Amino acid sequence: MSANPDQAPTPVTVSPPAPSPDPVLTIRDLSVVYRTPGGDVRAVDKVNLDLAAGEVIGLAGESGSGKSTLVYGACRLLRAPALITSGSVRYSGRRLLEGANPADVLKMRPDELQRLRWREIAIVFQSAMNALNPVLNVRDQLLDVIHAHLRCPRDEARERAASLLDLVGIPRSRLRSYPHELSGGMRQRVMIAMALAAEPEVVIMDEPTTALDVVVQRDILAQIVELKEQLGFSILFITHDLSLLLELADRIAVMYSGQLLEIGTAGEIHHEASHPYTKGLLNSFPSLRGPRRELEGIPGSPPDLRNPPPGCPFLPRCGYGTAACEEVDMHLLPVATSKDPQHVTACPFVLPETPIPEPLAARREDRA
Amino acid sequence: MTAVLPISAEPAALPQEDIQPGRWRRMPPKAKVGAVLLGLFVLTAIIGPLVTPYDPSYQNPSPDLSLHAPYGAHLLGTTQSGQDVLSQLLVGIRLTLELAFLVGVVATALSVIVGVTAAFLGGAWDELLSLLTNVFLVIPALPLLIVLLGYLQTKGQTATIVVLSVLGWPWGARVIRAQTLAIRNRDFIAAAEETGEKTWRILAFEIVPNEVSLIAASFVNTVLYAIGASVALAFIGVTNLNSWSLGTMLYWAQSQQALQLGAWWWFVPPGLAVALIGAGLVLLNTGIDELGNPRLRDATSASRIAGRWLRPADPTPVLAEVSQRRGRLAGFLHSFSRSSLLDETQRGQH
Amino acid sequence: MPFILRRVGFYLVAAWVALTVNFFIPRAMPGNAVQSIMGKFPNLQPSAYHALEAMLGVGHPGSIWNQYGSYLVDVFHLNFGTDVSQYPASVSTLLGETIPWTLTLVGTATVIAFLVGTALGIVAGWRHGGALDRVLPGLMFLQAIPYFFFALILVELFAAKLHVFPLGQGYAQGLIPGWHWDFISSAVYHSLLPALTIVLTSIAGWMLQMRNVMITTIGEDYVIAAQAKGLPSRRVIFTYAARNALLPQLQGFGLALGFVVSGALVMEIVFSYPGIGLLLLNAVTSNDYPLMQAIFLVITFAVLLANVVVDLIIVFADPRARAREATR
Repeated sequence: MSANPDQAPTPVTVSPPAPSPDPVLTIRDLSVVYRTPGGDVRAVDKVNLDLAAGEVIGLAGESGSGKSTLVYGACRLLRAPALITSGSVRYSGRRLLEGANPADVLKMRPDELQRLRWREIAIVFQSAMNALNPVLNVRDQLLDVIHAHLRCPRDEARERAASLLDLVGIPRSRLRSYPHELSGGMRQRVMIAMALAAEPEVVIMDEPTTALDVVVQRDILAQIVELKEQLGFSILFITHDLSLLLELADRIAVMYSGQLLEIGTAGEIHHEASHPYTKGLLNSFPSLRGPRRELEGIPGSPPDLRNPPPGCPFLPRCGYGTAACEEVDMHLLPVATSKDPQHVTACPFVLPETPIPEPLAARREDRA
Repeated sequence: MTAVLPISAEPAALPQEDIQPGRWRRMPPKAKVGAVLLGLFVLTAIIGPLVTPYDPSYQNPSPDLSLHAPYGAHLLGTTQSGQDVLSQLLVGIRLTLELAFLVGVVATALSVIVGVTAAFLGGAWDELLSLLTNVFLVIPALPLLIVLLGYLQTKGQTATIVVLSVLGWPWGARVIRAQTLAIRNRDFIAAAEETGEKTWRILAFEIVPNEVSLIAASFVNTVLYAIGASVALAFIGVTNLNSWSLGTMLYWAQSQQALQLGAWWWFVPPGLAVALIGAGLVLLNTGIDELGNPRLRDATSASRIAGRWLRPADPTPVLAEVSQRRGRLAGFLHSFSRSSLLDETQRGQH
Repeated sequence: MPFILRRVGFYLVAAWVALTVNFFIPRAMPGNAVQSIMGKFPNLQPSAYHALEAMLGVGHPGSIWNQYGSYLVDVFHLNFGTDVSQYPASVSTLLGETIPWTLTLVGTATVIAFLVGTALGIVAGWRHGGALDRVLPGLMFLQAIPYFFFALILVELFAAKLHVFPLGQGYAQGLIPGWHWDFISSAVYHSLLPALTIVLTSIAGWMLQMRNVMITTIGEDYVIAAQAKGLPSRRVIFTYAARNALLPQLQGFGLALGFVVSGALVMEIVFSYPGIGLLLLNAVTSNDYPLMQAIFLVITFAVLLANVVVDLIIVFADPRARAREATR
């Protein structure tokens, strides 16, 4: 690999990655657009992702990268003017696996979707204040969910609701409270309790701790991990905070401008990040220990999703970018120098140990 | 009087960059119909009184021309005292529109001043002005108007305009205040204040331009109120009965028992004119409303994306399924739309 | 319950403003009102003249504060003075005769229109983009028609031409008012067309407003969350969407009440219905200021009272309102 940015770099790697064993959710080629009078906005562009049973996958990216669109689109919860233009989302949870073929969520009828929702795939929303019905108390909202998916008599349902609150560490007296009477942390715990009410296979968490302060954040994350160990569901954790995922997730997927740029285990991403964007993200926050260093950040802003440029969307902001990047087809291929064949990246030119190109390095030296 | 209800309950979003097609094209068809309708009436208002076949006050003494049904010489028939209904109508449209427009301008100006001031000054001033606004909102306007105009009967048109404006501003003021409060807390206002820009400049150049669609909607609503109120007041007989406004025509029709005598040509045209002007205003307002409130606008395209059967709360549509569901005729018709071109492009890339 | 107390306080302030404005109007107006009235009604007794003067504040019968004070006391005792055009009847008697008619007609019709309109609005909002949207332009047209004009049309069609309903009046001629079947059935029959007019014109407004609020509410996170939870559609529409959409709808109802009542009053004139509307017409024609002002007060108080009721309902329906101070 040449350090000279003018010489056309040689692409590495060959064979596509093997699918993960035992996947619960298989997203293939998913594309979602928002149809506006000015044209189609490509919010999600041909994304492939697998979620295994009991696994925690972190989905990281800036605002507008399409992470929420990807996940809500996969559950068909997006409102107009969203339109799913291609792909499949196959769900094969353990509850359904008695010989049945995995069903494609995108082809399901409304009644099938209703059975899938919450019982199999539950969501913890970003802002609990907005996601809870303001005119119903906590108990009624929990009961709604219980009655919708589990057949149990009234008293049993009530006991279930109460024990759900026990699960997340909220006093039972709060059953009669209304959402606005609870603190932010409590509301988020109620959301988690509600998500677990029907014992789902997959729990999607959409930035559940973004609106909370750090101390509460820590508590809630610890709680989530504990519950996952206890009940064995998989988690798809969406956040813009990569540092969080490095501790929490088994695997991390990095998303930018509607496409996945890199997927790997938390360890790999932390120490052997391959894609320039991931490297940039890692350089954007300080570590608690170690020497002080200059925070780099990533200059520039994401592209207009209405007319995405050809090739790699990160090119305008990429320190390693060359003209060849406009021809890249954005398929995820294994990182050549990695021990883990599941560590894939969309950039065929840059490796974890690829040195920083000259101009960027020069700028760094000036400031040092 | 007609019930004028605010159409959208929340303040409008800030306008986006104009990458999208211009405001006129983006308005839904019903708003354009409203605009055209209004345009026609405005045209009539301008030209009408110049082309009246007769003097509207002229009372034809001939007895068989009293309450005559429409025919050649009198296209809309005659009144009890032999006056030509068409002439009265043409003059009436201008008078009514003039009045309503003037009231609209004055009252909207008042509501902008009060609303923006209240929001900008904050504190005790805001509380006071809001209290005043809400009090005058909740007190029913028509009975008060009647009392006021009852005492001012000899004062003519100006009195009516003043009185209507004085009771017409609270509604707009409330909405504008809410919107100004929302904008005031935005960063760019704080930035302007930091750089020492004078208050009135901030108001004039930063805040008001962002509320244009709201002010426009408020203006339209005020005109609607003014028309409804002035017609109702004239119908009761409390405004100047010497001028030929649409309401006055209806007053005379009612008091001369036009209904009982079967003279429909006397009360239907003016009433219909009022209704059509009102309808035009309401339709226009939905256009302005949808421009400002993105959710209403986005929701209209839900069914356009996937056909009539898609409701806003239905699962996100999938392209393959959408095309499959369209019947052959529908598919053929759909191929002319822009959506189909986009669909083609989508498929071409895969 | 601080919220409801605040609201009642507000309405008391509004009532006070109305009273004060009412007090000052005759004193602020140009021209000699008393002379013009005396001119029209030469058979008034001198005591009536004095009473008029007192009411209109002419001739300095004591300091303005004294006048104001005794005015307030009078209003409190529902003493609105002696009527001028139907002398020697007192204004309160006249009002007492007509209020029940207006109250039953307008009250019932408005509530029915609101309930039906709101229900239709819920459906229209949920099925946005569907068949119900096609009637929207027609509804907007309907909303823009003045109530009384619509009344004229309906009377022309159904009463004059088709003879389905009577031409007007509150009950058939010759019947003696009282609590017996003949009278009641006649009264109901005569109120059908006016009620129908009110319902038909105002229903469009309620439906349109509820539809728009529903559309906004359906886009809220908790409705999307409710769907994500796989709750049955009915539950999502009613308990998650409509119940929340009702709150702004009710607030709108309170605000619009003034307009609706005013429109209904004018409409009564078309039907010669023996309610406040007709009384108002007579008062205007004969420059009967005491009556006009009394009607203004009565209507205002009625609307304020109705608003209090609406606010009570809102407090009952919205747990947030019970807890914190409202920002209205």
